Amino acid sequence: MSAELAGEPRRRDDLPLELRDERESLRVTGVWLFLVTDILLFGSLFAGYAVLRTQVASGPTAASLFRLGPVMFETVALLTSSFTMGLAVQAMRAGNRRALVAWMAVTLVLGAVFVGSEARDFALFAARGDTWGRSAFLSAFDILVGTHGAHVTAGIVWALGILVRVGRRGLTPRTARKVYTFALYWHFLDIVWVFIFTVVYLLGKVG
Amino acid sequence: MPGFAVFILHTLFPPDVLRPTEVGADVLIALSGGGIAYLLTTRRLWGRLWHGWITTVDHKRIGVMYLIAALVMLFRAGVDALMLRTDLALPGAHVIGAAQYNAVFTTHGTIMVFFMSMPFIFALMNAVVPLMIGARDVAFPRLNAMSLWLFVAGAMLLNVSFVVGGSPNAGWTAYAPLTELAFNPGPGQNFYFLALLIAGIGTTMTGVNFAVTILRMRAPGMTLLKMPMFVWSALATATLILFAFPPLTVALAMSLFDRLFGSSFFTMGHGGMAMMYVNLFWLFGHPEVYILVLPAFGVFSEVVATFSGKAVFGYRTMVLSIVAIMLLAYGTWVHHFFTMGAGPSVNVFFGLSTMLIAIPTGVKIFNWIFTMWGGHIRMTVAMLYQLAFIPTFVVGGATGVLLAAVPADYQLHNSYFLVAHFHNVLIGGTLFGLLSGLYYWWPKMFGRRLDERQGRVAFWLFFVGFWVTFAPQYLLGFMGMTRRMASYPLGLGWHPLNVVSTVGAFVMGAGFLALVYNIAHSLLHGEVDTTGDPWNGRTLEWALASPAPAYNFARIPVVRARDAFWHMKRDGRTLAALRREDLRDLPMARNSPVPFLMGTAFFVLGFGMVFAWWPIAALGGAGIAACLAASTAEPDDEAVLDSHTVAVIEAAAGRLEA
Amino acid sequence: MKTSRFAISRLRDVPSALAPGRGVPAGAGSSDPYVLWRPAGPVAAGELHLLLLAGLAMAAFIVPVLLLYAYVVARYRDRPGHRAPTLPRWRKNAWLESLGFVLPALLLAVVAVPTVRLTYALAKVPTRPRPLVVDVTSLDWKWLFEYPAQGIATVNYVDIPADRPVLFELTANSPMNTFWVPRLGGMEYTMPGRVLPLWLEADRTGTFWGHSGQFSGLAFDAMFFDVRAVRPGAFRRWVAATRAHSPALTLAGYRSLLHAGLAPAERFAAFPARTFPAVRHGFTLRGGMYTTMRPASPAGHSAS
Repeated sequence: MSAELAGEPRRRDDLPLELRDERESLRVTGVWLFLVTDILLFGSLFAGYAVLRTQVASGPTAASLFRLGPVMFETVALLTSSFTMGLAVQAMRAGNRRALVAWMAVTLVLGAVFVGSEARDFALFAARGDTWGRSAFLSAFDILVGTHGAHVTAGIVWALGILVRVGRRGLTPRTARKVYTFALYWHFLDIVWVFIFTVVYLLGKVG
Repeated sequence: MPGFAVFILHTLFPPDVLRPTEVGADVLIALSGGGIAYLLTTRRLWGRLWHGWITTVDHKRIGVMYLIAALVMLFRAGVDALMLRTDLALPGAHVIGAAQYNAVFTTHGTIMVFFMSMPFIFALMNAVVPLMIGARDVAFPRLNAMSLWLFVAGAMLLNVSFVVGGSPNAGWTAYAPLTELAFNPGPGQNFYFLALLIAGIGTTMTGVNFAVTILRMRAPGMTLLKMPMFVWSALATATLILFAFPPLTVALAMSLFDRLFGSSFFTMGHGGMAMMYVNLFWLFGHPEVYILVLPAFGVFSEVVATFSGKAVFGYRTMVLSIVAIMLLAYGTWVHHFFTMGAGPSVNVFFGLSTMLIAIPTGVKIFNWIFTMWGGHIRMTVAMLYQLAFIPTFVVGGATGVLLAAVPADYQLHNSYFLVAHFHNVLIGGTLFGLLSGLYYWWPKMFGRRLDERQGRVAFWLFFVGFWVTFAPQYLLGFMGMTRRMASYPLGLGWHPLNVVSTVGAFVMGAGFLALVYNIAHSLLHGEVDTTGDPWNGRTLEWALASPAPAYNFARIPVVRARDAFWHMKRDGRTLAALRREDLRDLPMARNSPVPFLMGTAFFVLGFGMVFAWWPIAALGGAGIAACLAASTAEPDDEAVLDSHTVAVIEAAAGRLEA
Repeated sequence: MKTSRFAISRLRDVPSALAPGRGVPAGAGSSDPYVLWRPAGPVAAGELHLLLLAGLAMAAFIVPVLLLYAYVVARYRDRPGHRAPTLPRWRKNAWLESLGFVLPALLLAVVAVPTVRLTYALAKVPTRPRPLVVDVTSLDWKWLFEYPAQGIATVNYVDIPADRPVLFELTANSPMNTFWVPRLGGMEYTMPGRVLPLWLEADRTGTFWGHSGQFSGLAFDAMFFDVRAVRPGAFRRWVAATRAHSPALTLAGYRSLLHAGLAPAERFAAFPARTFPAVRHGFTLRGGMYTTMRPASPAGHSAS
């Protein structure tokens, strides 16, 4: 006689769209675990920054380098983009493809604005010679904020691909998963920015 | 010849790379590479290679490829070791000069840790974890293939440094500021950083993959506390990977940027802090050694249970111990540099945490011994490695406690006592565990057995060779000999024990040759495993034919107890008598060339960055972007294997009820 | 006083592997090579005693466990005619499993308590008698010792008075090394940008060899140095003789020491100011010449 055999797994229909398919559901879990590694990555960069932030050598200190105006602007842009991404996911839950695409597009524009402002700041520093060859503080600042900015940029490129996919195939468990995991990633970057804003910029200016 | 061609040739082939040993190796590599290509062409095997192996996403085949890589790397790093030991047995004779010695111990350590042990572990995990939990594949088959090819890209990059550009030479730990451009000019050290960065991405993907697989793809009824011990080890290893590799990535990237882009993280000037590198590296480094040893513990739990004919003793405390080790592993890293001025309080904290981690390990040792108590111990080769592991690892762990006694470490840090300690636990623990797993799961992977008598020869050579090599090194530590010395004066009394140690190393080398012979013999003439259960096993992988079919389980069984297969056999209800009407159509992941192409693109990127040839690096980067785009665009990555084909396969294995 | 037989060839600018037949550090004269078992000072003695205690505690764990293990393997080995009763279902015992946690913990406590005590004790630099201060700078493949109170400097050897604590202040103008004199005590890192304290004391006269314990590049294995412990009177005379008769270390001389290469044992009547950092705490340093390090010529590094 054969062993007791399992039946086919059935997914409930009251689950969100991306969790109704087993494979897509696994991918959501996978992205959560990837975010764990990203937390560790940024954590290590923060640790490096915490140690090196006083090592200014002949270069500028945090207080003299940072201009809070553009930083507040970038913060508003990024936090708002997180909010609009939340609206996009809500639209997806309601099955509204047009609203989803619209809100995601707004999110990406705000993200691009964030990246543009940050790039301009970095260019300004570079023009003055405040590059990471100058001091360990600048190195640590550049790599922390730069890694975050690179993550945001990569996210924008990824999201553009998702928009194309949603445009072509509509809302399926697969495209819903793509949107949802992108939203997780985007909110995560937002949280990291809150830490950067506080620990790097505010404490740098004030501390 | 045009000036820039001369420049390129000089950069690729500096004098470092043109010594007799390197040129000889180049010739060997060219000959064997050419030989393999010739064989593949005359037997028209390129197609099968491409479709069956290079583009596969089947975890079992990926496991085999990891294994091949691990064995080749074991050969390379083992030859490195023999070169080192020969040089140390003949100090002042310049068997190899200091420059080459430094490169050889660097590649020995780097390869053994990253490119031998880790792929060997991934080979075993890929080969059996899905089978043990009753799954048809891992959670992300194509990502699994990407992990493999990224590992290959990293390994190739490190190995190619031998041939072009010059090998890294700052030790497997690559401390700053020794790796700073001012003290380490030339491209050689860049190979180290880039190879590890690339392979590290692959490893992280493996961690995610197996964590999701184990957490979410177990057969119905298999709760966490019914999982086999090897699966628990795999889960703990995957979790440690997720937490350990990011700090390494940061440490390596910062060092690389210091060299390539003039940043100041760890430089001697501009406020750089080399100690930051040390902290970040060991924040990774200590969990890494537990990544290396926990799978071996898992193998031993399986092997001791099977060959004692008893369930593992104290399953719950075993699980608790694995979790405790996993958590504590992250809290001991400063013990790698007690002498770096952290102050008594910090040192005491980490000394105590290091001693603490010995406790769950001790629990496991006791439980393995009690597993054997009251059993019938069958002395197969797999079990011999387990039996050798216990005394070897106990001694190695005890010397670790000696090193954890902080003031004692002040004398023993970086001495040969330390070298003996970590080889003791890595060989006695990790290598013996991997070899035990190899002998144990070989039939499941290849459908044939490894000859037991030949295996015993290899075992004894390894075991005796190990002790002859490393016992003297404990004594050398007490004589004050420091590690990584290319040569030493003769008046210090270090010579005789160095000679003994070298003899032992060659005995271990003979053991490796015996192992290779054993493997070749098995593949060509080995006894075929007809039942799928050659050892009277207890866990689900033995419920399948050997080797397992592509889809693993035609039907997934319901699990009611720990040691699921043992209970199935006891009830007389196994998977060897499925009925035709039980079979279903099975969705299978399709093969894909993207992982291989991605690995190639990463290699190109890495190679370009090593030499700071940005157009080549950009080409690699573009390739990566293209592969990413392609992989998100692939809509049809699944195909259906119809039930009729499944029936044919099951019937051919004699598992279909007539 | 023993004269040093420690003589390395003069190789200043071209780093190369050790020449065969180079000299042996003087402290290696004795027939017993086990330097860790022959402490010549209180620090080394304390560390050795802890090592022995820990070794005994571990032996107390290893021996019974391995005996039990050997018994189990011998008794339950599967042989024809095997008569030992089997216990196929014996898989847990709360008492035994708890013992598995408790016993190792107790043994470790035996090691842990003295470890904590000695670690804190060693961190306190003794104040009486007043320690002699020696500023140590590890360089590429040589050691520079400066005596701030006496105003003299040496390369590759130090004279210290016996029965008096010596505070070595350690830094590097090179990749990291460690300063290690096995018979006097454990080591401590020398790192550029930081100064770390290490106190040692010799309780007898004699010559003790030291070596770097952290790999630092091509001629790392040549970084031996001698520590000569002498009577206080002899030490004073040595200082006076150095001040009177030896050349001074000029800035140019210091800079040439920074070049990668080996150096013979030497002594100097004076050394340039600010070659050793003035501030000693944490990560902030003023002074020192860390950024004047010149890299070795590329030709030097590819010599084999």
